[in-house]
Amino acid sequence: MNPEIIKPENAVYCRPASFTEVSTHYCPGCTHGTAHRLIAEVLDEMMLKEKTIGVAPVGCSVFAYNYFDTDFVEAAHGRAPAMATGIKRVLPDRIVFTYQGDGDLASIGMAEIMHAAGRGENITVIFVNNAIYGMTGGQMAPTTLPGQKTTSSPLGRDVELQGYPLRMSEMIAKMDGAGYVVRRSLHDPANIRKAKKAVRTAFETQVRGLGFSMVELLSTCPTNWGITPVESLQWVEDHMIPVFPLGDFKVSAAVGDIRI
Amino acid sequence: MTRELIKGNVAMAEAAVRAGLEAYFGYPITPQTEILEHLARRLPELGRAFVQAESEVAAINMVYGAACTGVRVMSSSSSPGVSLMMEGISYIAGTEVPVVLINVMRGGPGLGNIAPAQSDYNQAVHGGGHGDFPRIVLAPASVQEAIDLTVASFDLAEKYRCVTMLIADGNIGQMMEPAELPEMRPLLRKDWPWATNGALGRPRRILSSIYIDPPAEEVANLRMLKTWLEIQKNEVRYKEYFIEDADFVVVGFGTAGRIALSAVRTARQQGIKVGLLRPITVSPFPFAVLDELASRAQGFLVTEMNMGQMLQDVQLAVKGRAPVEFYGRTGGMVPFPGEILKEIQRMATTKLSLTADPRQAWLERMLAK
Repeated sequence: MNPEIIKPENAVYCRPASFTEVSTHYCPGCTHGTAHRLIAEVLDEMMLKEKTIGVAPVGCSVFAYNYFDTDFVEAAHGRAPAMATGIKRVLPDRIVFTYQGDGDLASIGMAEIMHAAGRGENITVIFVNNAIYGMTGGQMAPTTLPGQKTTSSPLGRDVELQGYPLRMSEMIAKMDGAGYVVRRSLHDPANIRKAKKAVRTAFETQVRGLGFSMVELLSTCPTNWGITPVESLQWVEDHMIPVFPLGDFKVSAAVGDIRI
Repeated sequence: MTRELIKGNVAMAEAAVRAGLEAYFGYPITPQTEILEHLARRLPELGRAFVQAESEVAAINMVYGAACTGVRVMSSSSSPGVSLMMEGISYIAGTEVPVVLINVMRGGPGLGNIAPAQSDYNQAVHGGGHGDFPRIVLAPASVQEAIDLTVASFDLAEKYRCVTMLIADGNIGQMMEPAELPEMRPLLRKDWPWATNGALGRPRRILSSIYIDPPAEEVANLRMLKTWLEIQKNEVRYKEYFIEDADFVVVGFGTAGRIALSAVRTARQQGIKVGLLRPITVSPFPFAVLDELASRAQGFLVTEMNMGQMLQDVQLAVKGRAPVEFYGRTGGMVPFPGEILKEIQRMATTKLSLTADPRQAWLERMLAK
C-alpha cells in the first residue's frame, strides 16, 4: 500500500475520540460494539466527551465504562436511571446517559426506568434489547419472545406460565415526561444508520432540556441464542421485529423541531 | 444564635442544610417524614436538589449518583426503609464515596410499628449491606446532639470517604426541645480528585464498586480496613456521667442512654455509686474506655430499646472480668427511668453472676412481671 494514502484527510473510518484504546470483551457477533460506537460517534460529533458522565449497568455491558473515554459510574443492577437522576440533578449542565440491557431495564429496574421517565428526568437512556440475559448465560428476560428457548425456559417461553414480552418503548412513550422514545435495530447497515440518527436525536433532546429520551436498540446474542452471528442478524429481522416493531413512539413537538 | 423550640426531625434536616447539603433523595416513612417535608421546601428555595424518589431503593441510588459528583448528599428513612437501602449502602461503601444517612428507628421486625426503637443497632454497626466495609454510626440522645452530629457526619463522611449513619429513634425524631442551630455555611463545592463530574481538561475517571479481579478487590478491601483502623483511632466519641468513683456502670446509647441518666441521678441520690457511659459513636465503639472500666467496676448494666444488641459489644469489651446485666424494652416500648432504677438497685443489693446469660435472665424477669 502506498504510505502516502494513509493520511487523516483520507480516513473514512477510525476510532472515535470518545472511545478508549482497548479491545472490548464482547462475544463475536454481538451488537453491543455497534451500539457503543454509535454513542461514541455522537459524543464526538456533538463535542460532549468532556461534559458527559455515563452510567453503566449490570449485565453484559457492565464493563461499558472501560470503553468510553468519559467519566463513568457503575450502577447496581437496574438502578442506573436512579443514579443518573442523582448526577443530573446536581450537575444539570452535564450530559448524563445510562446504557442498559433488557434484564437490567425491564426486569429488576422497572420501577427506576418508569419513574425516571415519569419525572421527565433530562437524561438519555440507551436500551439494548436482545431478548435474553447474556452475562449470566442465557436465561429468560422480560423481553424473551413467546416460544423462545432459554436456559430458564428450556421448552420455550410458555406465555401461559411465563407471561408475555414487555414492550418498554411503547409503555414509556405514554409518559408525559418522555420527550423522545424510539425503537431501532442494529441488524443491518441501513438500520444502523437510522439508529445512529436516533441516538443523536436523543442526546440533542437532552442538550436542549426537552425531557427524558430513550433509544431502544434491537440487538443480537449469538452466544446465548445458540446460532451464528449472521443467523442472529436474520433472527432479529424475522422474529424480534414482528414482536418489537421499529418506530417512533414519542417525539414531542419540541423534539420534532430538532434538525440534525 | 438563639435557642429555639424545634422538633428533632426538622432540626436534623435544617442542620444538614446549614452544613452544606446540596441534594436530598428520600421516600416518606414514619417517624422520619418531617425530614423529607422540611427539605422539600427548603432545598428548592435555595436552588439545591430535592427528589421524592419512587422507593427507598431508588432514593439511595440517587444518593449514590450525586455522591459520585462530590457534593454533600444525604437520605433519611426509618427501619423498614433503611433495610431497602442496604444494597445501595454496600455499593456506596464499595465505591468509597461520602454519604450521610439518617435512620429514625422504629419498632420491628417487619412492618413493626411507628414507635421508637433501637433494634437496628446490629444492622447499622455490624451488618448493613453485603461485604466488608467501614461505617461510622452516630447515636444522638437529644435534639441538640442530633443537630451537632448531623453537621459532623458530613465532615466525617468526606474525611474517610465512607457512609456515616445517624441512628436516632422515633423519640429523637418526634420530640421538640430547645436547641441551637448552627450558622448557615456557604456552599463549598470541593473539587475532589476522585469525583466524576465531567472530564473537562483532565483524564476521565471511573467510580465503581466492581473489582472483577479478586486480587484487586482484596487490595480495595484492605484499603478499607486501613480506613476503618484510622476511624477507630481518631473518632471514638462517648459521654461519661458520674464515672470516676462508680462501682456500677450503666451503658446505653441514644434515648435509652438518656433515660438511664435520670435513673443514675436518682440512684446517686440514694447513695448507690453508679455512673453512665453513653456511646455517641456506636461504630467505632468505645472499647478502650470499657476495657478500662471493666478492670475496676463491680458490674455493668446495658440498657437498650431492643433485645440486647449493643450488649454483645459491651461483653466483648468486658471480657468476663465483671458481671454484665441487661435491661431492655422492645417492639417500640420505651423504658421509664424507674424501671432502670430498679435494675440498678437490684444490682447493688444482690450477688451478680459472671456466667449467667444476661438476656436469658432479663427475659425471665420480663416474663415474671
